[in-house]
Amino acid sequence: MQGSKLYQSQELAIKYFTVAIILFGAQLLFGLVAAIQFLYPNFLFNTLDFSIARMLHINALVVWLLYAMIGAVYWLLPDEAGIEVVGIKLANIAFYILTAAVAIVVLVYLFVQIGPGKESTIWFITEGREYIEAPRWADIGIVAVVLVFLYNVYATVMKGRHTGILVVLMADLIALAGLYLAGMFYTDNIAVDQYWWWWVVHLWVEATWEVYVAAVGGYILIKTLNANRKVVEMWLWIEVAMMFGSGILGLGHHYFWIGTPEYWWEIGALFSALEPVPLVGLFVHVLYDWGKERGKGNEIKNTPAFAWLTVETFGNFLGAGVWGFMHTLPQINLYTHGTQWPAAHGHLAFFGAYVAIMISAMYLAVQGKAGLERLRMTKAGWWAISLISVGVLLMTVSLTVAAYTQTMVERGMHGATWEGYFIAQANRWFVQGMGWRLAAGLAVIVGYGFLVYDLLTCAKKQPVEEGEKEVAAAAA
Amino acid sequence: MEEKVSVWTSNRFWRRSATWVTGVASVLLIFLTFDSMAQMKMGSAKDIEKKIDRRIPSPVVINYTIDYKLDPYRGHEIPIIGGEMRRPEGGIKSAYEKKEKFFGRDDYSEKEARELIHKGKLTIQAKNCMDCHTLLGNGAYYAPDLTKAWLDPTWETLAPAYNGKEYAIAAFLQDPPKMAMHERKMPNLGITKEEAKAVVAYLKFMSAIDTNGFPRNFGKIKGAVDARK
Repeated sequence: MQGSKLYQSQELAIKYFTVAIILFGAQLLFGLVAAIQFLYPNFLFNTLDFSIARMLHINALVVWLLYAMIGAVYWLLPDEAGIEVVGIKLANIAFYILTAAVAIVVLVYLFVQIGPGKESTIWFITEGREYIEAPRWADIGIVAVVLVFLYNVYATVMKGRHTGILVVLMADLIALAGLYLAGMFYTDNIAVDQYWWWWVVHLWVEATWEVYVAAVGGYILIKTLNANRKVVEMWLWIEVAMMFGSGILGLGHHYFWIGTPEYWWEIGALFSALEPVPLVGLFVHVLYDWGKERGKGNEIKNTPAFAWLTVETFGNFLGAGVWGFMHTLPQINLYTHGTQWPAAHGHLAFFGAYVAIMISAMYLAVQGKAGLERLRMTKAGWWAISLISVGVLLMTVSLTVAAYTQTMVERGMHGATWEGYFIAQANRWFVQGMGWRLAAGLAVIVGYGFLVYDLLTCAKKQPVEEGEKEVAAAAA
Repeated sequence: MEEKVSVWTSNRFWRRSATWVTGVASVLLIFLTFDSMAQMKMGSAKDIEKKIDRRIPSPVVINYTIDYKLDPYRGHEIPIIGGEMRRPEGGIKSAYEKKEKFFGRDDYSEKEARELIHKGKLTIQAKNCMDCHTLLGNGAYYAPDLTKAWLDPTWETLAPAYNGKEYAIAAFLQDPPKMAMHERKMPNLGITKEEAKAVVAYLKFMSAIDTNGFPRNFGKIKGAVDARK
């Protein structure tokens, strides 16, 4: 890629990133509403009830991450394969169809909200299953669009270069897309319902998405540090082995209490306890490469992208690894399942594992679009990364305090009844936790403002390099 | 052509390892899923006649009393449907004998019961229950867990005024703000009388699912269900 000449696929990637960052804002907004309702339950009562705000909060999250993930693939695909993406026109049409479908779903969520207890509601309003509430018609639309995307990826790689990163992505994306089908059916048996629902949720976020992150992370390392491709790809294969080796059967840690056989206790405990291992590996790998390249005198070519990648590896290890391990063993999970524990874990894990790397990929696109040899961190970029990272960490710690309280009071002392639930919710440690969560959430929203501003302006605000000064002087 | 390198730094070795590990893990998962699906199949009225325990029992359990008691043999609480009996290998199990009226009847046929819980499940999804409550512990954390909601002591205290707890729960569901129990009220979701009955049936059915002892010590306070006798 020379100068600011972009592949059409990369232009499309920027469209995906743009929708992603807008939906990221929506996610934060509805999260804010839900966080306020925990403290002031009458806030927007009967207008935008908690269930709707919370559904929009998590759906916006999933959808914007998927947008950014597709965007990042369209960004790196022509660069890795060395050719324009095959079927780029179709890819553009698919983008507009998907975006129109998402807009309709969001409008229905906001203004229709719920329906009568009939099949038609499942088809046209909401499926009412956490994270995958999207009505059935939208499911089918999503599958169609994803098929176009898979065709683009496969046809392009077949025709162009087959790098290790692309091979991993090809295998991973087909698994990722196929798993969505596991969530597209209805059953009266809630245990079987949740069994397959976890195939989508867990095998996305704790298996296929993690492998996706490892592959895209490898690409970002090559781009920002000029890391050795052979070493990056070797690590990538090791990561795949460890992530799928632990993550696939780690699914068992969701099968402790939903009407499933007892053997999932042992299987879930063992494999999910191993899940943090590859995340440590990812973190060590990034820092090791950084040190090695610095030793050779090589500079980071995109400081914000690299900084967000570092936040990614550390946040992934801390949020998904440490916070996940804290309550993954059945002996502990018996008391923490269904409390604020998973909320605490979920916030840092989604941020650390996925949000940070997607922002990193966006900075790569900013650099590519402007055709800059180097992209440095601006003041706004620094505020964005600091406020968002510290904010999410503080939210997590606050939720953890609330979670401890809930577990001890509701589960430990009061035997998980409704009365026990509300006694725990009114406990001052719990309420304080919720208060700090709201405050930290506001910091994240301010950070988001800086982030959007920085993504739009940082390419123009780069300090002039020494070398360029001389060139300019010579030209004058 | 690949240059000669140690196996530990050979991409080919790691690529093969990744493929094998993923393949073996996937095959194991599929195998275990077949077994789990067989064990999680919804039971039938015949199982209940023969006193065969199913993890997910037939919906006709709505005709029976349901309790949640510590089984010393399994080491955790289990649902006790229609009274308890001794298990041959030790501990206790459901006797499937003691019936109780549910909306005035205790003779729902398998077909009727299935239709009822079908409507109940659809309503639970259509009203987005899972985005405030947890069911089997999964969902949102803004409102109480519903796994054993049918057995919650709250309803025992309200039952006499409504002529039975099923009527109390149904009344609550049709106009929650009127019977609000906490500042954090449940909104009125336009649940009809039929939908409310179906949801209550689902809650009763769900409380009979064998959840391997979750939630632990349920109702230990204020002499609710005698979890720790």
